[in-house]
Amino acid sequence: MTEADAVAAVLWVGVTLYAVFGGADFGAGFWALLAGRGERGREARSLITWAIGPVWESNHVWLIFVLVVLWTAFSEAFASITSTLFIPLSLAAFGIVLRGSGFAFKELAPRIGGRRASGYAFGVSSVLTPFFMGTVVGAVASGRVPVGNAAGDAVTSWLNPLSLLIGVLFVATGAYLSAVFLIHEARRFGDFALERYFAVRAYAAAIVAGAVALAGVFALHDDAHYIYNRLTHQALPLMILSGVCGLGAFALIARGAGRGTRVLAAGAVVGVIWGWGVGQFPYLLPTQLTISAGAAPSATLTAVLVVFGAAVLLVIPAIVLLYTLTQRSMLVEEETEGHGA
Amino acid sequence: MNFDITFASELAQARSQMALTLGFHIILASLGVAFPAMMLIANYRGLRKNDPDALRLAERWSKVAAVTFAVGAVTGTVLSFEFGLLWPEFTGRFGKVFGVLFAVEGIFFFLEAIFMAIYIFGWKRLSGWTHFWTGVPVVISGLGGAFSVVAVNSWMNQPQGYTLGSNGNVTDVDPWKVIFNPAVPYEVPHMILAAYLVTGFLLASVYAVGMLRGRRDRHHRLGMLIPLTVASILVPIQFAVGDTAARSIADHQPIKFAGMECVQQTSTHVTEYIYGRCTSSGVKGGIGIPGFDSFLVGWSTDTKVTGLDSVPPDDRPPANTVLHWAFDTMVGICTALIALGLWFGIAWWRRRDIPKTPWFLRAVAVSGVATIVALECGWIVTEVGRQPWVIYNVMRTKDAVTDASGVSFTLAGVVLLYTLLGIATVLVLRAMSRRWREHEEPEVPYGPRASTPEAVEAG
Repeated sequence: MTEADAVAAVLWVGVTLYAVFGGADFGAGFWALLAGRGERGREARSLITWAIGPVWESNHVWLIFVLVVLWTAFSEAFASITSTLFIPLSLAAFGIVLRGSGFAFKELAPRIGGRRASGYAFGVSSVLTPFFMGTVVGAVASGRVPVGNAAGDAVTSWLNPLSLLIGVLFVATGAYLSAVFLIHEARRFGDFALERYFAVRAYAAAIVAGAVALAGVFALHDDAHYIYNRLTHQALPLMILSGVCGLGAFALIARGAGRGTRVLAAGAVVGVIWGWGVGQFPYLLPTQLTISAGAAPSATLTAVLVVFGAAVLLVIPAIVLLYTLTQRSMLVEEETEGHGA
Repeated sequence: MNFDITFASELAQARSQMALTLGFHIILASLGVAFPAMMLIANYRGLRKNDPDALRLAERWSKVAAVTFAVGAVTGTVLSFEFGLLWPEFTGRFGKVFGVLFAVEGIFFFLEAIFMAIYIFGWKRLSGWTHFWTGVPVVISGLGGAFSVVAVNSWMNQPQGYTLGSNGNVTDVDPWKVIFNPAVPYEVPHMILAAYLVTGFLLASVYAVGMLRGRRDRHHRLGMLIPLTVASILVPIQFAVGDTAARSIADHQPIKFAGMECVQQTSTHVTEYIYGRCTSSGVKGGIGIPGFDSFLVGWSTDTKVTGLDSVPPDDRPPANTVLHWAFDTMVGICTALIALGLWFGIAWWRRRDIPKTPWFLRAVAVSGVATIVALECGWIVTEVGRQPWVIYNVMRTKDAVTDASGVSFTLAGVVLLYTLLGIATVLVLRAMSRRWREHEEPEVPYGPRASTPEAVEAG
């Protein structure tokens, strides 16, 4: 493995973490949007707010990570992608603004109308943002992004059946992951009704995501031969792993969504992400720009790897601390009284 | 269709969009860098002197910081998109040079977000000093993040640490030379101090307005005193750093300096103009101090100052008068803030109290907005002053811009969205303050989350 391949792997770790944590976060917004105004919907929404509140920001730092590693280590690919896919990426950026501010303001806005509008902005942009990101992935995977400044077609590069399908797939997998995570959040309160509520939604999302993923494979066959060939050969074990994890999670949810459900659900998504990675290897932009041809000079790649190592050493313990503290929060609820309360 | 005009206008739209989004983000970023420090100072005082007012201020400030941090996170994300959406040639060719600094910034930002969440969460869960220490990484990562990002801008002003191949592509990079480029020693401290000044005066101004409205309790007094003290101590230091920066720019980027000071011809005994209109035949109007510009650059009126005429018209910054006024306004506001700090300092030294006249509170009340104006002027000076280059003497801004059409639409979207976002942020912060006055606890992002989802809904 070359240094450039190592950095590409680091990039893929970032993509994976964003797909799992950011994706689940988007999915939470999707369910909040669909929850409706009734009593049940209100309870579901407050569970969602409660569950993603303390971690939502860190979930999205992975996106910054992906962008920065891409433009540092593979500058040309970054420039080609962002210029050809100007439209969907601009829309995703707007979605990120609406989503982040909507989430921050939906409890804080001075009037009920403002809170509703913020909640709505959060929900709608939670659907649109991953959708547009999915179309970007579809455009890259199908080789519609040539090297150069806006060298590809500004519209058909992302507005085509395959890209749209992957856009829907992004929304569906986020919704699926999120529903599985929320089953557990509901259980922590012993809210059986909400547990059932999200189990049903996890099923629905799993079926949609699985169906769209299968349809995507057919679309790839017609549209993106390079990736299709590798997906059905080199990446086949990962695709099988993804399928097995997905079916396993499905079965576990039916049997009460016990230990391991979340891991299997995430495994299904991780399998697809790494399948895609192996599928387009060794290309950054399939059949146009390889990892080695598009890589930055060695000193930059080394610096990226060093920074990544530092990030692992510094950030992982901090994140574990944060997740531990939030998970333990209700266990120590009545026992300790800090100052300033 | 005339394509030259199309692209020229795309360039103007792209520059406007970048200016707007960066100008908006820099306010929130400044708060992100310096607000945690103010909150920890209040926290320290609260613990050390067993002062419940100080602790309450620290808690509220941490929640305000959480909101501005959340908004700053999304506006910051937009900027990282814009590196590709607006300037693909810049990032595509030189991202491999400056990108590592953003990767470093990413770590700091991540740590800041995590410890911010832990600190806010910790108000109800952690014991006093443990809780205090969880806030310290927030302050440190704020400084580290500011260093990393401003160092990129410094590099754009003083590019070095890379080799270009025959085809113009970067073939080798020396990350240390990129990170510690010659503009870092003055630009980074200048911006970090600016962040502390914006936060200090803005926060003090909020409480000054409250006091002018008759809320003269200890809470408001302390809320004004802590940030005002920090800002008053730092503002003369900022003046000295800024002065050094200007002198270094006269040396490193003489054309930017000539633009800032409207120096048309290279000469000695150059007049320093305060305001006035810049024309090719010299400054019209304004207050002129003969020889003083030369003196400021080299401590002698004999110092030669490079003029705009030393480079072809294509290499000179545009909008000279705007640039000159931005520079003078920044320096003028800083001078006025030093006077305000002195006024406060002398009164405190003599009577252990703020000046009695309401004019003092009025001055503090406008100092927050004035500092933001100075901050924006500073960015106009550094960014407009570097034009027509995106990387000084290496790459022109017009060669960096995207060939994608549609920037006019995204610019319109950004104007609309950011206007809404600005209004919403102010309204939300005002609503939080009102709820606190009514003794309610607003629910902020990152927690501390209520014990049950139902409690979230009730809150």
